[in-house]
Amino acid sequence: MADQLNYPEGEALSDQIARRHTRGKIWRSSFLVALIIAILVLVSLVYNVVNQAFGLVAVENAIDPAVLVSQTGADPATVSLDELTKDDYVEMLQANISTGLGRRLERDQRFYEDRLVFDNQAAWDAACAAAEPAAGCLLPARDTDNVYQLVIERVVEQRVIETWFLRDSLLRGDEIRAEFLAENPNAEIEFRSWLTADFLTRPQSSRPELAGVRTAIFGSLWVVLVTLLFSFPVGVGAAIYLEEYASKQNIVNRIIQTNINNLAGVPSIIYGMLGLAIFVRVLGAVSSGYLFDYASIENRQNSLINSMESNFGITIIIEDGDVTSAIEGPNAAFDLSVTEAQLLVDEFTTLSWRNFDIDEVDASVIVARGLRIPVSVETDDNGTERLVPKDDSVMTAANFSLLSREMANAAKAIDNGRTVISAGLTLGLLILPIIIINAQEAVRAVPLSMRQASMGLGATQWQTIWNHVLPQALPGILTGTILAMSRAIGETAPLVVVGASTFIAFDPNGPFSKFTVMPIQIYQWTSRPQAEFRNIAAAAIIVLLILLLSLNATAVLLRNRYANK
Amino acid sequence: MASETMANTIVKTETKEDVARSLAKKMRPRESLIQGFLFICGAISILTTVGIVYELSKEALLFFRDDRVTLVEFFTGSQWQPAIEQFGIAPLVLSTLVTSTIAMFVALPLGLASAIYLSEYASSRVRSILKPVLEILAGVPTVVYGYFALTFMTPLLRNIFGSDVVQIFNTASAGIVVGILIVPLVSSMSEDALHAVPDSLRQASYGLGATKLETAVRVVLPAALSGITAAFVVAISRAIGETMVVAIAAGAGPRNFEWSDVTQNYSGTPFNPFTSAETMTGHIVRISGGDISYNSIDYNSIFAIGLMLFFITLLLNVFSRRIVERFREVYD
Repeated sequence: MADQLNYPEGEALSDQIARRHTRGKIWRSSFLVALIIAILVLVSLVYNVVNQAFGLVAVENAIDPAVLVSQTGADPATVSLDELTKDDYVEMLQANISTGLGRRLERDQRFYEDRLVFDNQAAWDAACAAAEPAAGCLLPARDTDNVYQLVIERVVEQRVIETWFLRDSLLRGDEIRAEFLAENPNAEIEFRSWLTADFLTRPQSSRPELAGVRTAIFGSLWVVLVTLLFSFPVGVGAAIYLEEYASKQNIVNRIIQTNINNLAGVPSIIYGMLGLAIFVRVLGAVSSGYLFDYASIENRQNSLINSMESNFGITIIIEDGDVTSAIEGPNAAFDLSVTEAQLLVDEFTTLSWRNFDIDEVDASVIVARGLRIPVSVETDDNGTERLVPKDDSVMTAANFSLLSREMANAAKAIDNGRTVISAGLTLGLLILPIIIINAQEAVRAVPLSMRQASMGLGATQWQTIWNHVLPQALPGILTGTILAMSRAIGETAPLVVVGASTFIAFDPNGPFSKFTVMPIQIYQWTSRPQAEFRNIAAAAIIVLLILLLSLNATAVLLRNRYANK
Repeated sequence: MASETMANTIVKTETKEDVARSLAKKMRPRESLIQGFLFICGAISILTTVGIVYELSKEALLFFRDDRVTLVEFFTGSQWQPAIEQFGIAPLVLSTLVTSTIAMFVALPLGLASAIYLSEYASSRVRSILKPVLEILAGVPTVVYGYFALTFMTPLLRNIFGSDVVQIFNTASAGIVVGILIVPLVSSMSEDALHAVPDSLRQASYGLGATKLETAVRVVLPAALSGITAAFVVAISRAIGETMVVAIAAGAGPRNFEWSDVTQNYSGTPFNPFTSAETMTGHIVRISGGDISYNSIDYNSIFAIGLMLFFITLLLNVFSRRIVERFREVYD
């Protein structure tokens, strides 16, 4: 009887049972630990973001406010900078910022109703007479507070030189202050929330203190709108077809169903590559808007030229309004040495002017795709020759690289499908399987008796679906759609591939605009080495998470509300 | 009144069956049109798949046709350096393997244990508190996880293992966070599978004197094994396709190596988790995020990588579906 089991008895039995129960308890708690880890991760994720979005910062001013006050004749000991008059502030701006910048600010909004400060009357009248007049022509003049803010931004030019985490700021704030101020007597330490109302409403900027997410929020809204308009009707339509019309035996229908399930598992980046290949490249003429509305392209060129002029004081000429003819058409006869030409070409290549072909160059003008920039060659102290814009009073090196970037972007916008509509359709394809699968479930949950009653009264199949099945399934469909939308809002990788722009100066204003979205903005700020960009990335994450959480909460509420009925 | 007489005349001339038949056969162009439109909606999903396969293959073919590329080098080369025309995919694939393996080591135990707890142990009140946590985790965008990896996990690892060992960009941090990201997926799919096991099995087990743990691990778990395995396979496919976390935290630039390194030199191996590396998805994002000109070999090369990624994930997904279909225990 070798097989006979040896069952424990008596004390051995109760020992064994106790052991088994102890083991059960140990494992039970280790299962629970897994869940606690998940909670801890969520907590640390939130903690980490909050830790970076708020905290102490050390700021330094380019010009001491006290000096500015004393320049106006007031006594800095008794009068502080914010107590001066509007005229004082305008004078400070005139004394400290470039004319080009001033002109731009003036065109955004005038300083005085009755006179111009930076611009000359003729140029101003021309700007106001244009098809798209400058904003300043229509807006009332800036008030004192507005001009004061400009002084703070542009003259005092507060810069963050060091930041601390919220945890350190709270726990050892005094220590930090003492240590840092001992080394940097000019700096000031203040508590800063990087997430402010200004952060939501300001456009992009290369300076973290001034950067905001407005363009990204608008971009996200536009992209999601296109996504929704495409994927909601198509997704619901497909779900109805599969549930109400398709016979399960038909091979085509079975393939469609299997295919949808498989598409749901395709990595999102693959959709990005599909979008790049089809929407951006093959359908580029459509998705850039070129096919529908040539005039709008021209408008965009014109607005670029205007912005160049007011931003940088540079004149750009597009000859005949036609880009190609400007390249081939005759330009002024140039007398240019080979080395000079090479120098110009080199300079532009290093400015990541990659999608630009330098067609013709001379010592005074660069013509690239019809854009002319007056430049001159200068030799610096080291004997190296550099390309310098003619009007160098308004063009710093930073401005110049900004200019080249913006022009490269504009050139891309003219013949490039990296637009809102490409991104929206790409995301539409991405979330289509999710919408279909959710809508199928919702449609399936409508009781059969409902359809039979409708059909029994003589309704056709579509009448039954439209009047009875869809209204009944709508809450379920909407819940699924909202969840899919929140997926689309958070999606990053496919949009990087499709080509969200890195720097957008204007809000997107239609399906053919260049765009950036919230997650892309977060990605870019995160990828920068400077700590301040991590801070604003954290602030942007908070905005994004709040948006997504409220969307998801809506979906859950919708589900619960109708599940109870 | 007029319509009533009309109806009467019809009934007089035709039998009721005739009317029913003629109504059933009646051409309804609007109905057919709508059905046609709905079919097209369904067919768009097929077009998507065809589009993916066609576009990826077309560009990949251009890539392989190029004189600078050979198929043998693509699959066996250990250097990915487009600048000097070296196109061996191994560095990218091995980095993907490293991050995905680390991710699975995190996601499988955490996800499965959470699923067992939620399905077998938790009271409905505890469930209603804990489940939303997982749902929120599932709803956080991947770029936020990327930020988390770079600003939280990496400093943590550098604190633990020393900053001379752990580089700022490393596959360990990216892998762990990818793992965390797929915990909700593993846990919800596994929980569904566990939930589908009928209660009678559990009761039978208790009736024989088994403890709760014994019932869960020896009775319920084996019964749900097909569903759990499918969850694991889907999770692997998700980890391989995950992009933003690795793009942000794992580093930019393929980790090229020599095949001899694999056996001889530990710190130089493509498997070292603490050094920076670029995965397949990370590479695609970095290359396409810059200004890329069409018809260049760089542009075509990312499609070759994409095609490979597509087939790997597709195979895994089909495989997981097969597991469920073939090995599902059917009760009742």
